[in-house]
Amino acid sequence: MSLLRVRDLRVNYGGIEALKGISFDVEKGQIVTLIGANGAGKSTTLRAISGLVPVKSGTITYDGNVIAGQQPQQIVSQGICMVPEGRRVFPNLTTYENLRIGAYLRKDDITADVEHVYQLFPRLKERSWQLAGTLSGGEQQMLAVGRALMMRPKILMMDEPSLGLAPLVIKSIFEIIQTLHDEGITILLVEQNANAALRIADYAFVLETGMLGMQGTGHKLLNDPGIKAAYLGSGA
Amino acid sequence: MWNTVFPYLLSGISVGGQYALIAIGYTLVYGILRLINFAHGDVFMVAGIVMVYMAASGLPLWLCIILDLVATSIIGFAIERVAYKPLRTAPRMSIMISAIGVSYTLQNLVLYITGGLNQIYPKIPWISDSIKIGSATTKVVTVVTPILTILLVVALVLLINHTKVGMAMRAVSKDFETSQLMGININGVISVTFVIGSFLAGVGSVLYFTNYTTVIQTSGAMPGLKAFVAAVFGGIGSVPGAVIGAFIIGIAENIIKGLDIILFKAGLTSGPMGLAIFSDAFTFALLIIILAVKPTGLFGEKSIDKV
Ligand SMILES: Nc1ncnc2c1ncn2[C@@H]1O[C@H](COP(=O)(O)OP(=O)(O)OP(=O)(O)O)[C@@H](O)[C@H]1O
Ligand SMILES: [Mg+2]
Repeated sequence: MSLLRVRDLRVNYGGIEALKGISFDVEKGQIVTLIGANGAGKSTTLRAISGLVPVKSGTITYDGNVIAGQQPQQIVSQGICMVPEGRRVFPNLTTYENLRIGAYLRKDDITADVEHVYQLFPRLKERSWQLAGTLSGGEQQMLAVGRALMMRPKILMMDEPSLGLAPLVIKSIFEIIQTLHDEGITILLVEQNANAALRIADYAFVLETGMLGMQGTGHKLLNDPGIKAAYLGSGA
Repeated sequence: MWNTVFPYLLSGISVGGQYALIAIGYTLVYGILRLINFAHGDVFMVAGIVMVYMAASGLPLWLCIILDLVATSIIGFAIERVAYKPLRTAPRMSIMISAIGVSYTLQNLVLYITGGLNQIYPKIPWISDSIKIGSATTKVVTVVTPILTILLVVALVLLINHTKVGMAMRAVSKDFETSQLMGININGVISVTFVIGSFLAGVGSVLYFTNYTTVIQTSGAMPGLKAFVAAVFGGIGSVPGAVIGAFIIGIAENIIKGLDIILFKAGLTSGPMGLAIFSDAFTFALLIIILAVKPTGLFGEKSIDKV
């Protein structure tokens, strides 16, 4: 059975229907990516799964339990963590505090986890006492990822982790995603950078203005002429 | 000269401490909800009234003080749950209007209960006693206030900067949504903020009314307003800012009250000039100046939404 199962999910913002009944599965241990144009509803999907926006109808089940309708803190506590769009680190907290707050719900010792994050992102270790608001964009993105790891997520949802980053940093972010995947974390990745996302994805879905379009393995979509034209640009 | 100024300085420091304890409530709530809690001064007043009635019931005063602080904290908590929480996603202006509504509700409730008569505040032993320090004869509370204020502020700053709930408060004050993603119960954190603010206003009320001895339904208005100005002056959202602002206002206001005598004794004037009348006006002039010159106050954040 899939780890995360979304069925006929609808989300409204006021009168606007942002998601018009989408269904998809995320299999345990896979990297699944959601690609689509601006405003297609990718972030809305992740936010609905996190419990940040109310679900109008449809179901979301995680590990067999319905989570749609639960409070965000209940959902996080089950190991569904998110790296939100635009990083959203807490600028008035230090790097270290941002990591600590990522483990807010945990009662056990977190030193090993902090070390683990510092191993993945040595630059964060050097800046552990720096206010997160003063970190560079790339460092903030690393911190946002590290912060989500502090909950020891079962599913990590990442909303455009490569946005606004230099090519070299993007490369290292995707390497990290691969590392996390190797560690056994299931990943649901939303990306504008469809090319890179499809390359590492086991499975991919295309979202088109609130509805699901094509789906298939990353490899299949990468070579699909329609996808190439619409999302991968001429250079792909 | 010093002997003339000293008593005014002393009472200024004391009043400043009392304003500080109220101002923290404004600044904390603003920091987390971007709301100017107009009802805060009235919570302070209600704390005074509760103490009056509690003492009249014959309970020992030390127990009354504890119960008063507990009651005030609960009132602050309840106000937030009833009047502000349902408006969490409403426009800022709606919450502001709700706050004004709470303010009048509390005043009218107290008017109804007391019949609009001045209530004599219980005389709390020791802090109501007179002492002589240098050239000043004053109540013990005058000396106790700044010390207690500083201790409470230090405790609060430690709480905010070094505890888990304090870290959550700082996080929630920046970003509700992401805080929720961390598993923080934002309503819980907001409640904690109101409880702390109300508790400190309760402590402030014990000190303030021991000094001024009577409570009436409008007693919260002036100190509330002064504390609010202190919070704006210090940079609303900042705890140290509010405290420093409050001490500056308390001291300045009391020095102005004594200015006639101080200037006369210094031989600078030949008689009273009625300057004391400007002591309240000063506070508001300060508000206008700070809003014009440095709207973010002494220690305020750079980006502040207009309210
Ligand atoms: N809070 C909101 N209120 C009203 N409409 C919203 C809100 N958030 C999103 N929308 C609308 O819902 C639609 C989907 O938005 P969403 O943020 O999910 O898109 P997206 O696929 O993540 O786009 P992008 O790639 O630009 O991040 C858009 O039309 C957007 O305008
Ligand atoms: Mg988006």
